[in-house]
Amino acid sequence: MFSVRIHGRGGQGVVTAAELLSIAAHAAGRYAQAFPSFGSERTGAPVVAFCRVSDGPIRLREPVMHPDGLIVQDPTLLPLPEVFAGLAAHAYVLLNSRHDAAEIELPPVVERTRLAVLPATQLALTHLGRPVPNIALLGGFAALTGLVPIGAVLDAIRGRFHGPVADGNVAAAQAAYDRVLQQRTELTDA
Amino acid sequence: MREQIEGSRAVARAVAACRPGVICAYPISPQTHIVEALSTLVKSGALKGCEFVNVESEFAALSVAIGASAAGARAYTATASQGLLFMAEALYNAAGLGLPIVMTVANRALGAPINIWNDHSDALSQRDSGWIQLYAESNQDAADLHIQAFRLAEELSLPVMVCMDGFVLTHAYEAVDVPAVEQVDRYLPGFTPRQCLDPADPITIGAMVGPEAFTEVRYLAHQTHQRALERIPALGSAFTEIFGRPGMGLLAPYRADAETVVLALGSVLGTLKDTVDDLRGLGHSIGVIGLTTFRPFPAEALRAALAGAKRVVVLDRALAVGVGGVVSIDVAAALAGTDLRQHTVVAGLGGRPITRASLHGTLLRAIEDDLPPLTFLDLDHRLLATAGA
Repeated sequence: MFSVRIHGRGGQGVVTAAELLSIAAHAAGRYAQAFPSFGSERTGAPVVAFCRVSDGPIRLREPVMHPDGLIVQDPTLLPLPEVFAGLAAHAYVLLNSRHDAAEIELPPVVERTRLAVLPATQLALTHLGRPVPNIALLGGFAALTGLVPIGAVLDAIRGRFHGPVADGNVAAAQAAYDRVLQQRTELTDA
Repeated sequence: MREQIEGSRAVARAVAACRPGVICAYPISPQTHIVEALSTLVKSGALKGCEFVNVESEFAALSVAIGASAAGARAYTATASQGLLFMAEALYNAAGLGLPIVMTVANRALGAPINIWNDHSDALSQRDSGWIQLYAESNQDAADLHIQAFRLAEELSLPVMVCMDGFVLTHAYEAVDVPAVEQVDRYLPGFTPRQCLDPADPITIGAMVGPEAFTEVRYLAHQTHQRALERIPALGSAFTEIFGRPGMGLLAPYRADAETVVLALGSVLGTLKDTVDDLRGLGHSIGVIGLTTFRPFPAEALRAALAGAKRVVVLDRALAVGVGGVVSIDVAAALAGTDLRQHTVVAGLGGRPITRASLHGTLLRAIEDDLPPLTFLDLDHRLLATAGA
């Protein structure tokens, strides 16, 4: 079982990201479960959503407390202790930030070789025209973890959105995927 | 075909596949997505021949369902929490009048203090209303139970509540094989009301009954509930024949031939099963029984299922203040005269997550005979101290 926790703020599509990740995993033949945190979702308030992906049926319904993959959609959340709480060993971490990874202060539990930083808000602005980073991050997460094929992510996006919003999100996710893949290749080569 | 879908949408489509004639509802979290999805299905024409009635309150929602059902329509509504309390007067009327309404309760805590999150306080508060109460473990269960609820309700002429955990199930995406209309048609016959308000053939429904017959009316209601104890497993088997999936039952045992058995309702059963597997792996004799049917209470089936057990731990998602667990009261009555030791663990109130780690620790204490008769899972003593307790 691979467990994912997504932190963001109300309005950034945190819950949608978890749902689409589960839809992509299901389409790829896995079992998946996505659910929001048991918090009140107000615009701007910290929001958490979860996704589990497994080769077998998933019965567990507790919140994800030891994520194997962590997505932080809003860089202003990084100082909150709960964001990195319980991070599993060798967990993948994907951050939305304009800064380079080396410039970002992170707790020691984050392994730099498993870290990717993506200017997801800028990618969303470029491709979608709106500062909603969730879908770009999903593309990046697919590249970072290999948890779901990018094709399944793009299909899930097209299943949820329509018209220019679908096109923009697909372009943002693809661009993010390519970018993180490039980062990973450079890391391996270095 | 299995699809990755939100629990609320799966339930809405299952209800639509039963082709209700009238749906009326007032939105309240966490039920909202269900009725929103149904209103969309009605408006788009996907659900034909159904009138979606917008009402001004939950009291009106159930009152409209009562009127619709009495006039011969298959009627559905959904609510949660304070909305269910606001229906209370009409709930007793629906049951007393024998109207086969099906209602989803997206289980949520009761205020005050106001809290929108999941526990079972709402539905359990209506345990004596005369409604049948079924509890879903998963979203597949929730979808399937609605199909079976209509059949059960109409066969017995009694209203049925299908209870599904708010947020934990209603807002969860997981794979569900949403029942198709063709399959549902093979399982669920068209609604033939036992009585029907019709101006062309006038009758009275709901006449006053005095002391000379009121006891008998209540006795007959009790008899109908006793009959439900036989019909629920039978209709569950009939469901399996058509759909190829487990149908409803009174109890849902899992590795229950054990010294210690945990009894619970709803979505926590999944986490419990994982915990029990862990404990079994450590050599402990422990199992789980899911209480699918809470009303009528399957006392005899429970006694039989626990015949080989030494102790039962009731995981109660609601508190009878001044008493303890709500479900525990019925379990104690059912087990009176047996040697079973009973523990009540009040857990997951107001949406507090029930974790595998906490269950593990508490169940180990039960196994070691170190668990008091009544405990509150993960009680925060530091927080209590700040309140001066």
